[in-house]
Parts: sequence; C-alpha cells; structure tokens
Amino acid sequence: MQSLLQELPEFLGYYNLYFLIEAALTTVALSAIGCIFGALAGFTIAILRHTCTWVLLLPRIFAVIFTEFFRRVPFLVTLMLCFFSFQLAGIDLSLFAVAAVSVALIASAFLAEIMRAGLESVHRNQWDAAASMNFGLIGTIVHIILPQAWKVILPPAFGFFVLFIKDTALASQIGVIELTYAGKVLNNKGFSAALVFGTVLFLYFAISYPLSRLGAYLERRLALSRHR
Amino acid sequence: MPYLDIAELCADYGSQRVLNRVSLTAEKGQMLGLIGPSGSGKSSLLRVLIGLLPPASGRVTFAGRAIDQRNPADLRHVRDRFAIVFQQFNLFQNMTVFDNVTIAPIKIKKRPKAEVAAEAEGLLAKVGLADKLKSYPDELSGGQQQRVAIARALALRPEVLLLDEVTASLDPELVSEVLDTIRLLASEGMTILVVSHEMAFIREVSSKVAFLAGGMVVETGDPRQIFDAPREARTRDFVSKILRH
Repeated sequence: MQSLLQELPEFLGYYNLYFLIEAALTTVALSAIGCIFGALAGFTIAILRHTCTWVLLLPRIFAVIFTEFFRRVPFLVTLMLCFFSFQLAGIDLSLFAVAAVSVALIASAFLAEIMRAGLESVHRNQWDAAASMNFGLIGTIVHIILPQAWKVILPPAFGFFVLFIKDTALASQIGVIELTYAGKVLNNKGFSAALVFGTVLFLYFAISYPLSRLGAYLERRLALSRHR
Repeated sequence: MPYLDIAELCADYGSQRVLNRVSLTAEKGQMLGLIGPSGSGKSSLLRVLIGLLPPASGRVTFAGRAIDQRNPADLRHVRDRFAIVFQQFNLFQNMTVFDNVTIAPIKIKKRPKAEVAAEAEGLLAKVGLADKLKSYPDELSGGQQQRVAIARALALRPEVLLLDEVTASLDPELVSEVLDTIRLLASEGMTILVVSHEMAFIREVSSKVAFLAGGMVVETGDPRQIFDAPREARTRDFVSKILRH
C-alpha cells in the first residue's frame, strides 16, 4: 500500500494523465460510434426485416444474412477480418477507423436484433389497425409501434451499450490505444498493476455508469408518460 | 350499378382458399349482415375489402370505381372511404381514448386539429364515453373499448363501415351497449357490412343478409327470408341450429 502511495505522484504526472485521458476518449469515441451508428443502422435493418414487399426482397435477404452472421462471429474475429480486408484491398485506413468500422458492424447486428424483437413485441393487430386507416410504414412506426416497443427495446439496448464499452478493449489487439491498452503500456513502464488497472477500472466505470443511468431515466420517463 | 359490387372474389391464407368466388352487392345506406359458421370467410371478406388480405382474383367496384386492393393507389382510395372495427378492438395502446380517435383524421386526413377535436368529443359523447377522453384503452371495459373503436372508425368519416364480429369478445352484459350504438348508426343511413353471431340483431337491423359457408356465398336475401324461409339446405341447417340454441 505504501509503495502504491509512493508511486502515485509520478503516476499522476502530466504525460501519464494525458495518455490515459486520450485513451479514455478513444474508448468513448469507439463506444459512441458503435452505439449511435449501431442504433441507426440496427433500426433500419429491423424495419427492413419487417417489410414484406418484394421490391425490398434483396435488401431484406442481405439484412438477415448480415445480422445472423455478425451476431455469431466474435468481436475479435470481426476486428481482424476488417483489419486484414482493408489491408488486402489496399485501403489505407487508420487503426482507429478500422476499429470504428468493426464496432459499427457488430453493434448494428446486435441492435438490429434487439430492435426487431421490440417491433415484434407489438401485437400484429396494431399494424392492421394503422394500415386500415391509411398510415404508411413510417407513420405506423413513429406514431404507433415505437412508442409501444420502447419499453422492450430500452433495457437490453442499454445493457448492450454498457457491455459494448468493455468490448472496445479488444481494439487494442490491432494496436488502437484505448483504455485497456493504455493500462498495459503504463504497467510495462513500471507502474504497479493494481494502481494502473484500478485507475482503468475507475475510468471504465465513469464512462459506463452515466450511460446506464440514462437508460434507467429513459425507462422511467417512458413509464411516466404512459400515465401522465 | 350497386354502390358496392363484389364479384367472383377469391382470397387465400397461404395455401388455403378462404374466399371462393364470392359475389355480393350492397346499396348506399344499406346494412348487409354476413352470417355463417366460423371459418366461413366472413371476416376474410372484410379484410380483403380494407386491403389487409390481398385478393387472389375477382373484382370489387365501389361507387362506380373498380378497386384493385393490390394497387397502392386503389388501396389508399378504399381506406380513405372504408373504416373497419375489429373483433379485438385494436385500439392503439399507447394513446388515450381521445388520441385514438383523433390521430388518423389529423395525421392522415390533415384536417384542422380544433375541428377534429370537437368532432371526436361529439362522437365519444354519442357512444356514451364523453367522460373517458383521457383514459387509456387498458383502463376501459371491453364494451367501452369497442365503442371507442366505433367512434374512431366514425371519426374517419367513412362511406362504408365494416364491423367484424364486434361483440364476439365481449361479456354478455356488454353486448347490448355496442349493439345499441350500431343500431343508431344504421338508423342514420350509414352503409354497413356487419359480421356477427348475434342473429336476433342481424335479423332486426340488416337490410340484407348473406349466408357464407366454406368461403362461398350460399344464399342472400332479406332477413326474414333467410331466417324464416331459407332456400338452401345449408342455410336451413345453420339457422335451425342457431335458433335451437
């Protein structure tokens, strides 16, 4: 314990803190890209899978294959696949961009499935009633289906977001300096593992805790708006 | 030419034919009662008319215009003029009674909010629910929900109202309140196609009755003829069984 306290002033030096904060921001950025892009793409895929017009048959088949494929492949494999695919294609992307593409792919597939389950939780008769009144697909989803599907979508979606923040640590495998990788570097520099990874743990918590609070707040707000 | 002319209409659920060359007509202001055993195609006919089940073949002509339910423009046209009330009410669970009634006229028909609101309040008063504007569907009894569904359909100002077994999922003591509302609409000259197992009601209120079995129209006629002197053996068999119970 005493040695930890002795290490602390040096550990909290400007360059170390700067390095850790930059790594934490990389983790936040990768998580944000995954969550935001994944939510938008996942929503689009979920709606696409819900359509039945033959005009969208090919995109629908693509959506099913995409979701089923990327949900079943470990994140690390997707990451390596992206890394080497870009290399093979001669596309010169930064390591961060390669990691961002990977997290976006994985998050889209998982969130598409969460959102599909949400849409399907709303009884078919709600769609029928809306269609019989001339509501189009978008109008039906915005006014009738989503307000009922949120309560099914939100808990697993925010659960996924929090898990996902931790999964971005795998980006270190291709050399992206995110929080876990920064911890390893500082540990290799001679700082005690307990001190370094204790700080990393705290930073992960600081990033994910507000997100889970936001999820809880949204769930509460939706429940309240139902009986105002 | 009849107001609503259904000719040789066929429809399938998967590989099963549920409507087999159904031909029927209805005049403006008429109430056409559709009776028959379960699975006879009554509800399927209403679902084809409102475009929830695509027809396999046949023709539907409404007010002189041929309607092809597989054509999006025709579908919009017919859904703009027909309204359906479902057996399970199908009220939007996320909305209050008032919002259920006003959303389509405001969002789809683009009518002024104030005008729609006043009309919705009037309609809900007409079905005896003026005090339930702010309630949610799950706070109402089945009969109340069904009356909201009827008000919601009427707020669309339909030219034809389709009623799909609207009393079938109600407790017996709640049936009469819904039937009274339909009786009132019929007396006001609304064109109504009603599927019901309430034979006494069909007999009393309908201008014309069609008996369906196995996806086909077996017999049509005025209520007295169908119930008292059916021409076809299958109608006779059905009516005698119904009257025995």
